Amino acid sequence: MKKRFSLSRSFRGFVGKEFLHIFRDRRTAAILFGMPVIQLLLFGYAIRNEINEVKLAVCDLSHDSVSEAVTDELLSSGTFVLAGEPDAPSAIAPLFERGALDEAIVFEPGFGDRLEKDGKAELQIITDGSDPNVSRIITGYTAQVVGDYLGRRTPSGSGGRGVMVEPLMLFNPALKSVYLFVPGLMALILMLVSSLMTSISITREKESGTMEVLLVSQLKPMQIIVGKVVPYFILSFVNVVSIVLIASLVFGVPCRGSHLLLLMESLLFIMTALSLGIFISTMTGSQQVAMMISLGGLLLPTVLLSGFIFPVESMPLPLQLISNIIPARWYLVIVRAIMLKGAGFEYLWKETLVLVVMTAVLLGASVRKFRERLD
Amino acid sequence: MRPAIRIAGVEKSFGDTRALCSIDLSVATGELFGLIGADGAGKTTLIRILCTLLLPDRGKAEVLGYDSAAEYRSIRSRIGYMPGRFSLYEDLSVEENLRFFATVFNTSVEENYELIRDIYSQLEPFRTRRAGRLSGGMKQKLALSCALVHRPDLLLLDEPTTGVDAVSRKEFWEMLARLKEQGITILVSTPYMDEATRCDRVAFLQEGRLLAVDTPEGVTALFRAPLLAVSAREKHRLITELRAFPHARSAYAFGSSVHYADLRDEVSAAEIEAYLQSKGLRDLSVAPVKPGIEDTFMALMQEKGGCDE
Repeated sequence: MKKRFSLSRSFRGFVGKEFLHIFRDRRTAAILFGMPVIQLLLFGYAIRNEINEVKLAVCDLSHDSVSEAVTDELLSSGTFVLAGEPDAPSAIAPLFERGALDEAIVFEPGFGDRLEKDGKAELQIITDGSDPNVSRIITGYTAQVVGDYLGRRTPSGSGGRGVMVEPLMLFNPALKSVYLFVPGLMALILMLVSSLMTSISITREKESGTMEVLLVSQLKPMQIIVGKVVPYFILSFVNVVSIVLIASLVFGVPCRGSHLLLLMESLLFIMTALSLGIFISTMTGSQQVAMMISLGGLLLPTVLLSGFIFPVESMPLPLQLISNIIPARWYLVIVRAIMLKGAGFEYLWKETLVLVVMTAVLLGASVRKFRERLD
Repeated sequence: MRPAIRIAGVEKSFGDTRALCSIDLSVATGELFGLIGADGAGKTTLIRILCTLLLPDRGKAEVLGYDSAAEYRSIRSRIGYMPGRFSLYEDLSVEENLRFFATVFNTSVEENYELIRDIYSQLEPFRTRRAGRLSGGMKQKLALSCALVHRPDLLLLDEPTTGVDAVSRKEFWEMLARLKEQGITILVSTPYMDEATRCDRVAFLQEGRLLAVDTPEGVTALFRAPLLAVSAREKHRLITELRAFPHARSAYAFGSSVHYADLRDEVSAAEIEAYLQSKGLRDLSVAPVKPGIEDTFMALMQEKGGCDE
């Protein structure tokens, strides 16, 4: 009994030392706690896919009540700012070249009449193709506003039928990109903090020679591993909570599903990332290599292949297959489903199981590879 | 009394490199034992086998009466190990380092303060300084305190004086002598031959083979060839010319002069002086000199080590 007590004392001392490391190095502490906040604010404010203050030129060759009403409707939506009313379509191109415009629309002559008579009229939307993403979003949004308006004007729907509306409006209605970024960001930060930091902190002990002394000490290998993991587990959990809080308080991102489920799934994902970090550190003895593997081998795939930025469905098949082994891909599905769709566990057990299996395999492999002696 | 360390036929290879070949060695309890050898001689490998971090490919090592392979846990709790680089946490303070190593060895600084007071008291003024900002000598003292904090029966020190200034080296050996008086067996490796005289017994390791195991006096007595201390204005050319002398056994720089050993049983200083004068060397002085332990090591190093012989 006494022995067990004393062993736990050395274990507690070990965990305490890990916390000292984390808080002693101000840069590390700043990265650990500042990064989630900064990244969230960056993604939330700066890197937006949504559109704001689109500079719009209206070239109305028709000047009838319909074309003017459509223009008013666009300008009153709050998204567009009138940036000129050129008389002829030929005057539009120079405006784009000067950068004075994001978008121009041209009503064909007799727009209103043709719409009344033929049920069909042409409205040209011109955007700056050098920024295809923004361009597509603006086009789609304009088409939607116009379509909505014409649909409302003739409740029977006969009037709006003639206007082609591009089916791009599958975006979330308010075009809030932050909704999509928050889950991805959670995956990214947890991956970074958990895998990168654990793998570096273990390899640092190997590099400095302190691992030799630890191995000779009373600590069991399992205690060394767990002692390394506990602090980052707690930190990652704090990060999850702060991301969800900022997302909801600053950006109004809802969590429609169960908060408890979200936290439990996040804890599971943290475990997966931590076991990845341990696994990396059993493969190498150098901090540099561990960092390279964590950044190149984990971070990039997490950003590019998890569905964070590019949807998995639109990837080529080989990349889709690779994306299956990326833990963040499954976590992302889970978080998006819980936060945005309010899904319950009954819809997510498959993804959860994938993460559980991944964690078990990685931990098993690490414990097998972690030696009580030097190689 | 049972020896603290008994090594029988220990061999170890890393891939194709033979690090140790058939080492037999025994260290008595309470002894201050020196393991002398150049870099790559196998000192670190041997010490790692003794502190159970490496398994020998062949042979058997017994530490404090326990088998290094089967009973490694019993060994680990009874030894103090100081790896080659001072393995301290550089971002932690002096005190935090000591406390940490005390807790992971299941003890507290207070319990064994008696033992380390002598060493640690010199560090107390810098208690809150980070270990990374200490000088080499102070790091060495802290690392020794950390290795001692759980009152081990056996200390295994891997090159503790490498990269440390001369004064600190001298102080360090004085500390080891005091620890020995407290009954702790100490095995210390070093590449500095002059440190051999501070040990009770030394072993000379070269390319994985033990070339001599004896007291410092015994090792010195191994050197029987006549020895001359020679100096001249052009030291480098002096060595070249001496080595070219037909009866030369060896010639090597030794402090400010050159030590010359002859192959014959008798050699006169006048003969060598005449030879060097004929080669045009000036400001010559040639005098017989009593061989020291370093001369023996230099001579031993001429003998080829390696496992294949």
